Amino acid sequence: MAAATSMVTSSSFTFPSQGLRLPTRSHPCMKPQQRRFLRKYASNVITATYELKPPPYSLNALEPHMSRETLEYHWGKHHRTYVENLNKQVVGTDLEGLSLEDIITVTYNKGDILPAFNSAAQAWNHDFFWESMKPGGGGKPSGDLLDLIERDFGSFERFTEEFKSAAATQFGSGWAWLAYKANRLGVENAVNPWPSENDKKLVIVKSPNAVNPLVWDYFPLLTIDVWEHAFYLDFQNRRADYISMFMEKLVSWEAVNARLENAKAQAAEREMEEERMKNEEEWKPTDDDDDDDDDEGLEMYVDSDDDSEAE
Amino acid sequence: MALRSLSSTKTLTLGLNSTSLLPHSRSLQTFSLPDLPYDYGALQPAISGEIMQLHHQKHHQTYITNYNKALEQLNEAIQKGDSSTVVKLQNAIKFNGGGHINHSIFWKNLAPIREGGGEPPKDSLGWAIDTNFGSLESLIQKINAEGAALQGSGWVWLGVNKELKKLVIETTQNQDPLVTKGPHLVPLLGIDVWEHAYYLQYKNVRPDYLKNIWKVINWKYASEVYEKECA
Repeated sequence: MAAATSMVTSSSFTFPSQGLRLPTRSHPCMKPQQRRFLRKYASNVITATYELKPPPYSLNALEPHMSRETLEYHWGKHHRTYVENLNKQVVGTDLEGLSLEDIITVTYNKGDILPAFNSAAQAWNHDFFWESMKPGGGGKPSGDLLDLIERDFGSFERFTEEFKSAAATQFGSGWAWLAYKANRLGVENAVNPWPSENDKKLVIVKSPNAVNPLVWDYFPLLTIDVWEHAFYLDFQNRRADYISMFMEKLVSWEAVNARLENAKAQAAEREMEEERMKNEEEWKPTDDDDDDDDDEGLEMYVDSDDDSEAE
Repeated sequence: MALRSLSSTKTLTLGLNSTSLLPHSRSLQTFSLPDLPYDYGALQPAISGEIMQLHHQKHHQTYITNYNKALEQLNEAIQKGDSSTVVKLQNAIKFNGGGHINHSIFWKNLAPIREGGGEPPKDSLGWAIDTNFGSLESLIQKINAEGAALQGSGWVWLGVNKELKKLVIETTQNQDPLVTKGPHLVPLLGIDVWEHAYYLQYKNVRPDYLKNIWKVINWKYASEVYEKECA
């Protein structure tokens, strides 16, 4: 999740005038956001503030592989509509003021999706998609990313085959992804007893319509849009050709690399946090402890609303 | 039923399982692309000739090709008793078989204007529409709203519940046939709202496609089906 946020930050260097994303979660910087809302209230115009960011290149920069016409419609109409709808659906609701990632998680609602999910997720997905491509893209990754690809898929060629296959077999509308999965069991309170570097792995997943790997708590690294509007003007029904073109000519391995570094950092941070919480829980006061230690232990657990002593 | 009991001794001597429904037929029926009863360009300007050709020759054909392939693999798996493969193939059959079913209906739902395309329904279907929806305009408005609101790929249907003899408006995702929304539902009209059905002409403005397609909707076919189910 913060992977996407940091992607946003690095892009806003290029387009600082496009407006900042709202801060994520419990970010200390709530004030500028509040000020922004106050200004809007004052002028009698109440709007949520998700903005349509342009791709990090001009609309014709991906030619001849992806036409300017496609970008004009795909970004200028489809993506824009998702953002506009999102703003309309969020204003005056509990969702207002949340980060885009948080809206996605909340409205995904464990699969029982709420109305704003489609707009929110598609707004996020398309940002991620534009940033997954670059003029003169394609080729091969290198360094750590290539090592991980070779570790988890056998070879770069096998990875490419599997990614292309996922993109080709996502039935109906949807997306194919390369994601970083910090291994965790499917139950919320399950803990991996022997975590190791090899547990955190790269996976290829596909998703229908607006769904993305954030809802599965993965870290997305790369995506290809396989909704028909993504390729129909340039390739008509020839989805396989579009996918090959994407891999050979457009993928921005720099972007994927940056996201991987973020993902690894966040996964490590999360592990430390879990380690810390596990240690705190294990640190329970017992009869053998000193009085001093007992007091400290009690203080940590006195958090209930009633006055009963923790003992 | 009678067929099965008559042939049961035969199947036993042939050593086949009694789960085989058609013990005699070893050859699998495959499917082929039905011809359109009109030229590709005959539905213009509501639907462009380019779209009709791609839609028919590429998209529908691909569903049929993949459906046949999946059926062959299914047949083999059934013969071998390979349950794992039988179950694994269900999705491919639903996607591609559904695609074949739905598009076969779709071509009949359309007609050039000079052959009655766009002419409002009369007789029992027309009456049923007025009774259930107030007017044809109201029905069209509802169908278009449902079709425009469908997220991703799918179909919007006017169907009849043959048990209750009631008209229904339904949507289905991807290539799910109408019957997946209710075993008694029979499709009268289906409108394809996959992007491939309109993108080259209408781009992202699906509502315009939905507005214009009514000019070439073949109500005669829908009436025939309705009368057959509700006679």
